[in-house]
Amino acid sequence: MAKLFNLAWVFMLLAILAVGGGTAVLPEMEHLTVDHFQWITRGEFRDIYSLGQVAPGPNMLMVLLIGQKMAGAMGALVVGLAFFLPDCILTLVANRLWVHFKDSPWRAAVQHGMAPVAIGLMLAGTYAIARLSIFNLTSLLIATTIFVLLLWRHINPALLVLAGGLTYLLLPHVVHLFPH
Amino acid sequence: MNDASAVAEAGTPAQVPLGTIFWTFLTAGAISFGGGVVAYLREYTVSDAKWLDDEGFLDALEISQTLPGLNAVNMSVIIGDTLRGIPGAIVAVVGLVLPGVVIIMGLGAFWQEQSHNPQIKAFLIGVAAAAVGLLSTVTLQLGHKQFVKPLDLAIITATFVAISILHVPLYIVLVVIGSAAVLLYRPGAKHPQLEERARHLRERLRHRHYISLRH
Repeated sequence: MAKLFNLAWVFMLLAILAVGGGTAVLPEMEHLTVDHFQWITRGEFRDIYSLGQVAPGPNMLMVLLIGQKMAGAMGALVVGLAFFLPDCILTLVANRLWVHFKDSPWRAAVQHGMAPVAIGLMLAGTYAIARLSIFNLTSLLIATTIFVLLLWRHINPALLVLAGGLTYLLLPHVVHLFPH
Repeated sequence: MNDASAVAEAGTPAQVPLGTIFWTFLTAGAISFGGGVVAYLREYTVSDAKWLDDEGFLDALEISQTLPGLNAVNMSVIIGDTLRGIPGAIVAVVGLVLPGVVIIMGLGAFWQEQSHNPQIKAFLIGVAAAAVGLLSTVTLQLGHKQFVKPLDLAIITATFVAISILHVPLYIVLVVIGSAAVLLYRPGAKHPQLEERARHLRERLRHRHYISLRH
């Protein structure tokens, strides 16, 4: 019970702090679930993040697996509600009040001011995943190739994610086929 | 009473059935592998169903980005609420996440069973590395205006350093850097010198074609 309670308040907190979307909150999520509560290991955090990339819909559905690992289906349900419900309610209320502050000069200030903060947080989220996954030449090659490819033209990200996984899985075997 | 029915007859669009909303968001949620859910939502709700126009969609996106939470989920709440109130918002969100929930729970069960399988592990490392490439591009695309503006670049750098290097808790970063950033952009604040330099830098960037981002 205490476990479910902790899961609920941690993911509610993360939901409220998720300014700039899911990626922005990844470093804090890693800190809380891996270092502070030691619910999962760093490797498991990376695996769960990757599973979220492979599933359709919002990538951050990965949080369900942290709940599942801790407390089964009930854990997944608690984490899902804690992580998604507060922001849904907030958005619903804001959408209905929007007409009242749409033309307020402070709305523009909040938007202009928070935009670079959100970008900084996304960078930090990207860096957190990079630290977990880029530790040799192959992984560095996968990340930079995809970065350059996407700057060059639009490619379905799902294909790139699968290609990344398969490359890391198969490249060592392919290299071994060619004797030095 | 009479006024309301007169307006309805005069051509307010018929109420969109909840089932249709659910089905539309379910399709978007099922098909959007690898992220980019918002792009699919635009295709379905603006181009196909014509529930809202481009301007309405961008307004909704603006609200979604300003508020905490996932853009795609916030967008679903707004579009669902605009179409059919709270029931509309509920079916939209449930539709959007349902396929992903089912698949991720299945993947999770498989992953826990195979936790010692080195091939699964290797595949997932490759996926995470690929995600780093994807996230870098998305961040650059979202921030292409901010990265070339000195004031914004300073805020970006301060945020990144605080989180990734100094490990400052996120709520402190949001309160301190967030409110400082909003104050810097407070109504009436002028940054003539910065704006001039930013314009200059943008010109140079455009000139050299440093980055050509296509969407």
